[in-house]
Amino acid sequence: MADMKVGAYICKGCGIGERLNVAQLVNIAQKEGKAPIAREHEFLCNASGVEMIKNDIANEGVNHVVIAACSRRAKAETFNFDNVAVNRTNLREGVIWVTPADDDKKEIVQEMAADYIRMGCAEVKKMEAPQANPNHGNNRRILVVGGGISGMTAALEASKTGYDVLLVEKTGALGGWAAKLWKRVPNREPYADPMDSGVDAMIQAVSGDKRITVHLNSTVTKTSGAPGQFSVDISKESGGTSTENVGAIIMASGFTQFDANKLSHYGYGKSANVVDQAGLEELAKKANGGAIKRADGKEVKSVVFVQCAGQRSPKEGELSYCSGHCCNTSIKQAMYFKDQNPGIDAMVMYTDLRTPGNGEDFYRSAQKKGVIFTKGWPKEVSASGELKFKDVILNEEVSTTPDLIVLATGQIANSGVNIDEVKQDEPGQWASTPQSVLNMVYRQGKDLPQLVHGFNDSHFICFPYETRRTGIYTCGPVRRPMDMAQAIEDATGATLKAIQAVENASLGRAAHPRSGDLSFPSFRKEGCTQCKRCTVECPFGAIDEDEQRFPVFNEGRCRRCGTCMGACPVRVISFENYSVETVATQIKAVDMPDQFDEKPRILVLACENDAYPALDMAAMNRIQYSAFTRVIPVRCLGSVNTNWVVESLNAGYDGVMLMGCQKGDNYQCHFVKGSELAHVRMSKIDDTLKGLSLEVERVQTYEVAITDIERAPKLINEMAETINKIGLSPLKF
Amino acid sequence: MTTQAVEKYHNDFLKEVEKNVEMGHMVKMCMQCGVCSGSCPLGPAWEHPPQEIFMMIRAGKRDEVLTSDSMWMCTSCYNCIVRCPRELPITHIMHGLANYAHRLGIAPKQNPTRRFAQMFWKNITSTGRVNELKLSVGLYFMDGIASGIKKGLEMLPVGLGLMKTKRLDPMGMVSGHGCKGRADIQKMIKKATEIEDKRKGYAA
Repeated sequence: MADMKVGAYICKGCGIGERLNVAQLVNIAQKEGKAPIAREHEFLCNASGVEMIKNDIANEGVNHVVIAACSRRAKAETFNFDNVAVNRTNLREGVIWVTPADDDKKEIVQEMAADYIRMGCAEVKKMEAPQANPNHGNNRRILVVGGGISGMTAALEASKTGYDVLLVEKTGALGGWAAKLWKRVPNREPYADPMDSGVDAMIQAVSGDKRITVHLNSTVTKTSGAPGQFSVDISKESGGTSTENVGAIIMASGFTQFDANKLSHYGYGKSANVVDQAGLEELAKKANGGAIKRADGKEVKSVVFVQCAGQRSPKEGELSYCSGHCCNTSIKQAMYFKDQNPGIDAMVMYTDLRTPGNGEDFYRSAQKKGVIFTKGWPKEVSASGELKFKDVILNEEVSTTPDLIVLATGQIANSGVNIDEVKQDEPGQWASTPQSVLNMVYRQGKDLPQLVHGFNDSHFICFPYETRRTGIYTCGPVRRPMDMAQAIEDATGATLKAIQAVENASLGRAAHPRSGDLSFPSFRKEGCTQCKRCTVECPFGAIDEDEQRFPVFNEGRCRRCGTCMGACPVRVISFENYSVETVATQIKAVDMPDQFDEKPRILVLACENDAYPALDMAAMNRIQYSAFTRVIPVRCLGSVNTNWVVESLNAGYDGVMLMGCQKGDNYQCHFVKGSELAHVRMSKIDDTLKGLSLEVERVQTYEVAITDIERAPKLINEMAETINKIGLSPLKF
Repeated sequence: MTTQAVEKYHNDFLKEVEKNVEMGHMVKMCMQCGVCSGSCPLGPAWEHPPQEIFMMIRAGKRDEVLTSDSMWMCTSCYNCIVRCPRELPITHIMHGLANYAHRLGIAPKQNPTRRFAQMFWKNITSTGRVNELKLSVGLYFMDGIASGIKKGLEMLPVGLGLMKTKRLDPMGMVSGHGCKGRADIQKMIKKATEIEDKRKGYAA
């Protein structure tokens, strides 16, 4: 790249010109920011303003641009210049909208703006225009693991969109659980009767689709690579392995029914009249629309469905969660009886009937058909088939002896090995395991990370199909318990994510959530101490290790959060436009008043996904916060290197605030673990503070949601208040 | 009194209710939310609030339901009907159940609501118009002479006040106070009863 030439452009629109002394800011950009070109403009975002910048880029050799105007979240398209490093200095939402217009505040507000200009000019000099990842793959084929409803839907959707599909199914036939059903819960108006599962038509469609290649009796025994360039070994049960290349993977490995043999207190396996829901489907299939008979041949005249059997249970060995589909499934199965013979007594015994969405209509339809719903807690089923239970409405211990008792057991995710519990293979010693679904050759383990109850972590609040392995998406009951309708919707969503992933990969760009980002991490091997923090802490398992334990970055798998950058104790990991340096230089660029000026400085490192937008929105609502604040947006709180905090304290900042997203099981962190890691790292900062003889209150880490529009400014003001109480930092020089 | 063998938690009694009780076919639609019981202004006076009655019907508790005085507590305020998310005509079902129990002859004999209802019916059908004096005196003396005199004395000032303002005619105790065409009204009622009995399957 040619020599660096900085152009700083300061906008006077939206009231900036009235509130701030822009001429002085231009002067600061030139003198202190060392920008050879510094200009002001009445409305920078209008055609003439943009033209002015483009002209300087084309004719003056400007290749580093500082736009001092509105927030980076506004006018992103307008201020988008190719092959130029761009800094967005936030004078509107960051300064004039959050500070009072009073004359006596004019000085400190101007100082705030001046500091932001200094920070912007300093940062841009450490940035390079990102160039796309050169090691990207172009494979657009999609691998679907699992041939049930979810997998077949994914395969068909991908094919319809014009992508080739490899479908791997462990058993000898497509269809999965759905193929074992007599009928399915209805998915269309009037949601009144069980309907044909449609699975046969689906199997035919998959088999006849030229874009879909089906491998039956096969499993995935090795997965390596990255989006756009995965390499996958597919092994046949009978022997023989083929290696295929794919661009993205959809894991639809489904669920296993909870083993009803563990429910011997409900008579399963002991009494002839106890089956589970899958067992009843079998009986109904056999009856083929006629009277349903038990295994011993007795025609069923009365049936009781026991909901939540071995589910929502505090007992060891049983499921603590609700499987979501079983209420509707029991309602459907009760209708098998009522539709065939309305004289049959069918009772559903429930604790809480959960029929989400249109299931409510289905429930009502069952009531109309005469299915009886009893709120009761089952106790046990005797060998003679007597069901003892407590009628919760009547508050009585009672019993009934129906011809058949159906246990509604739950779903267990087929999520492979729990990588948090097994020891990882040493580099170079990798071997496939039959328990694994994907057998990934990844530093962090063979299967996708799990969140709770064995279900794969999928960022279920914000981005449901995302897993923690880029280019690999889960759908169906492996992600969370669900029914067929939800699985179909799920598979469609996951397919679209997989398509996005291969398309982004083919351009060398990041996938979600920094979709389209061209930057990627690189590291200075000479400085690396092989401490493995980056390879362990990367939330997405993007970094492998070579045999000498040096990190091996897989750019295609990287989400560009910078968690590795925050982890690195020797600060050798960086992005072209985001690094330890780009932030550290901003921290240093602030003009630090001396101890007797009574002007504190509060540094806010705000997550650009939630906290920074919250502050922007606070500005739009003209909610004010202390003008002594200097906010630096970060990609994720996980990218915050503790070095920044130490440096800012040494530089004389009076308070440092870290604002990230909600952590824990219900995390809202876009990068899953970033916020959590930041909290862990910062929990150790107290010792550093004590070493510097500073009060621990000076450094605080917060969970801030995007909706905390009033809270975020309040937190800043509280910090200002705290500093007022404990006094300014003694480390100002 | 008819007794039927009913197996618990089988649908025999529910089917009987569906067939014989006004709006009885709606009992199965109850989803046990309990809003009716919570909404009833007389709730605490009920041994079995509506939600429980519905569950008892489904549980096959025939005798407990039909001999209960709970549904006789309903004052027809319609709060439950207004609030029921499943739109069950709860008030109608309660009266339907009471009526069915009464016809079967197993309704609680001494229940005051039942006795007052009977008194009212007799009063209005005999002349075609309610004789308020006879009805209230009848009500006072429902539980015997002594308590009747006591209640009468309690209400004496009210009665005198009503008389002074010509709201109460003491001659009502002896005069007919009937309507024109009394025989025709009685014929109509007889026919209506006949039709209803036929509809519900009772002998005329």
